[in-house]
Amino acid sequence: MSRVAALACVMLALVACEREHRRFSEVAPASGRPTHVTPQPSRNPAEGNAWAIAQGKQLYEAYNCNGCHANGGGGMGPALMDATWLYGSEPQDVYTSIVEGRPNGMPAFGGRIPDVQVWQLVAYVRSMSGQTRFDVRPARSDHMRVKESEQARRPERPVTAAPSGRP
Amino acid sequence: MSRAAIVVAAVACAACSGRMPVLDPGGPQAARIATYWWIVFWLSALILAAVVAFLLHTLAHRRVAAAPASLVEDTRVERRLALGVAAAVGLTALTLVVLLVTSVATGRALRSFGGTDPLTLEVTGYQWWWDVEYWDPVPSQRVRTANEIHIPVGRPVLVKTRSLDVIHSFWVPGLHGKKDNIPGHGSSLVLQADRAGTFIGRCAEFCGVQHAHMQLLVIADQPEVFDAWLQAQRRSAVVPTDAFARHGFDLFMTGPCALCHTVLGTPAGGRRGPDLTHLASRRTLAAGTLPNTVGHLAGWIIDPQAQKPGAQMPGNAFGADDLSALLAFLGGLS
Repeated sequence: MSRVAALACVMLALVACEREHRRFSEVAPASGRPTHVTPQPSRNPAEGNAWAIAQGKQLYEAYNCNGCHANGGGGMGPALMDATWLYGSEPQDVYTSIVEGRPNGMPAFGGRIPDVQVWQLVAYVRSMSGQTRFDVRPARSDHMRVKESEQARRPERPVTAAPSGRP
Repeated sequence: MSRAAIVVAAVACAACSGRMPVLDPGGPQAARIATYWWIVFWLSALILAAVVAFLLHTLAHRRVAAAPASLVEDTRVERRLALGVAAAVGLTALTLVVLLVTSVATGRALRSFGGTDPLTLEVTGYQWWWDVEYWDPVPSQRVRTANEIHIPVGRPVLVKTRSLDVIHSFWVPGLHGKKDNIPGHGSSLVLQADRAGTFIGRCAEFCGVQHAHMQLLVIADQPEVFDAWLQAQRRSAVVPTDAFARHGFDLFMTGPCALCHTVLGTPAGGRRGPDLTHLASRRTLAAGTLPNTVGHLAGWIIDPQAQKPGAQMPGNAFGADDLSALLAFLGGLS
């Protein structure tokens, strides 16, 4: 019995480590020119990682995503914290939106944002509507509180809306 | 035994001078702090000497207490003892009052410096570098740089400190004490250099993985040298005419660099990393981690995580030709 408990503790500890795991030497693939070939890993390495999502949250402001999407409620660009996904809610879809851009204003950031950071942004954008695991979603902001934390929100159920449905 | 003494002496000396000279003040504020430090030091030394002397004296003149002749107390001895204890308590209280008064006086004196026309600059701590902005009522005359502060000799400098991520602490031991930068809570200090020279500063509050590599330089120059420097820093960068450097310029603007870094006079206006408008004029890279040479800059661009693991700058796999062109462009940012 105690052996099972010890094993469970070790497993828990290992899982907890992975949650905050941080890779230091990630060299971005050749950048400098916009790329239209999107490398598609089978799963987003940032998705289950609290540190990577926190980085994504910082980058969201550093790269001025909030200039159009505000704090997730949308503005000039569509809202990111609701259930509506114009181009799909899967990590690959969000990645493509960021790297290749979308009609009606979303610029292409391919070649400008290193791949590692794009994946961090993807994981964060999905966190905004609760598409990532509860324990890796940010629990607070670095600045004044303008909305409840990603962790405190109820996950939305993604609905892919037809882009033509928008005015 | 003697070797141990040498080691202790060497450590003690290393702390007093050299790169971080706490007791070699470069200005009036640091001088006040050093004076206060010496008062505390000599007072403590005096008390330690007195206590040790008293202890040795009592050890040398040990008397074996004879059995008391009677149970009646000797009032004369009692009174002498009571007087001795009262004197010791009084002296201790006096020492503490003296230290308190000197400490408060030093603190007040540090606040009173400043003059009527201080040079004002705003220093923002980031993980793990310093953003420096020279304030001017005319926005176009403000100067932004990073990790390197130039000041004129003999003129008070009002440093407004702040932080936008975690708690840092601005500390240039040759010029002033520490000042914590607390997010959302601006603070300030006034420092002044009385002689030309380079003073090394550091973050003095643990702020993450690369806290140890969060250095800054304060370079004090004669006023005319400083004015020339400030004028040069106000100039925008020019688009290179040379084809090779121009290729580097294009890479900078269309690649990942421009998203985080600003180069005045170009479309690059990112605020996440240090301003690079006058990168080539600075002495160090990555907040004092590396000397600013072409080789170090190349290594830093390709793989910053090898030099400063955890730094916010991601690696960039530029090809050899593209990297050379980029370095040619960056080398022209003087």
